[in-house]
Amino acid sequence: MSAEPLTLIFLQAAIVNNFVLAMFLGICPFLGVSAKKRMAWNMGLATLFVMLVGSLSAYGINWLLTALGLEFLRLICYIAVIASAVQLVEMFIKKTSPGLFRSLGIFLPLITTNCAILGVALFQTAREYDLIQSLVYAGGAGVGFMLALLLMAGLRERLALARLPEVSQGAALTLMLAGLLSLAFMGFAGLGSSHG
Amino acid sequence: MSELLNTPERLTPDTFLRGLWQENPVFTMLLGMCPVLAVTGTTLNALAMGLATTFVLVGSSLLVSLLRHWIPKQVRIASYIVIIATFVTLVDYAIQAISLELYAALGAFIQLIVVNCVILGRAEAYASKQRLHTTFVNSLGMGLGFSLALLALGTVREILGQGTLLGVPVLPEGFQPWVIMALPPGGFFVLGSWLLVFNWLGPRRARRDLVASGATIHVR
Repeated sequence: MSAEPLTLIFLQAAIVNNFVLAMFLGICPFLGVSAKKRMAWNMGLATLFVMLVGSLSAYGINWLLTALGLEFLRLICYIAVIASAVQLVEMFIKKTSPGLFRSLGIFLPLITTNCAILGVALFQTAREYDLIQSLVYAGGAGVGFMLALLLMAGLRERLALARLPEVSQGAALTLMLAGLLSLAFMGFAGLGSSHG
Repeated sequence: MSELLNTPERLTPDTFLRGLWQENPVFTMLLGMCPVLAVTGTTLNALAMGLATTFVLVGSSLLVSLLRHWIPKQVRIASYIVIIATFVTLVDYAIQAISLELYAALGAFIQLIVVNCVILGRAEAYASKQRLHTTFVNSLGMGLGFSLALLALGTVREILGQGTLLGVPVLPEGFQPWVIMALPPGGFFVLGSWLLVFNWLGPRRARRDLVASGATIHVR
């Protein structure tokens, strides 16, 4: 059991070791859904929710598997549970706001293959966080993901109005922007403990 | 894309080569970006990650192709993921047994091969519809294409970031390493630069092909 204070866990997950910009988790939705601020916001919320659900169930599964001595099944169980959690969120959004459902499109089911979510589950296991710490960690990771997505969407909305050389359009430019953002986030290094 | 056809494909050299260049998972389809950026700090890590992913890709594609008549349509994605997770668990334990040092360097990214969209994409778009031997050749091509992209990033980042290649110094004494290349932003910059290069090459090639096919070009 690690004895890190909760605020530190949150800050570390959200800013210092930002999941997207420092640890390269969840790059696909980061590049794919960051063209519009509104969509980025929705995607961020959906991901945050799945992260919390995933973290909670991963904690339960880990406890159960450790009790049974079946740790080698951990990965398979985690991914199965995350897939069902995503399905749940998908049905919920489809029911409550069909407009949002359409705008998120293919990226909603793809949350399943968002490595940030499996990453949360794996890291919290590796660091032996207890239940509260795990949830705070998942919350921090989700907020950090949302932050990165929103920053990127803001930048890209501005860039849509700029005149760019033909060569630099599309993903290449987005990656360069991401590099600059990542550079900025490196300034937070040293806040909190450095490991992980 | 030709591969979305439901009919079995005939085995041609293209089945293999497509993954290396024309439909390279990283450079043209932008799939599976997380490991591409995260573990390419050194060439060795990039190579290990590429081989591990290729193994999982080929293994799971073969199994999916073998079971394609028995997996019900409704639960196919879940079945694919379980198959992929099985192979990833194999690789995870294998690397742990071969080299603990490498295992520590790659960290959680070995287990995260499960959510590499290249693999699920292959299973869904190709392996679930094609025969065993074409699936093998195609997924091998894709896996090697993925490894190639990892190596392209890994070598550039290691040479610029540390002045070495596979741990051997290759640049002259006075070279001051660009530390930033070994750090996270370097990953974004190097991949962005590669894409710029391909963007620049792409239209030129398309224009040349057009000329070769006898079309006239209106110069703007």
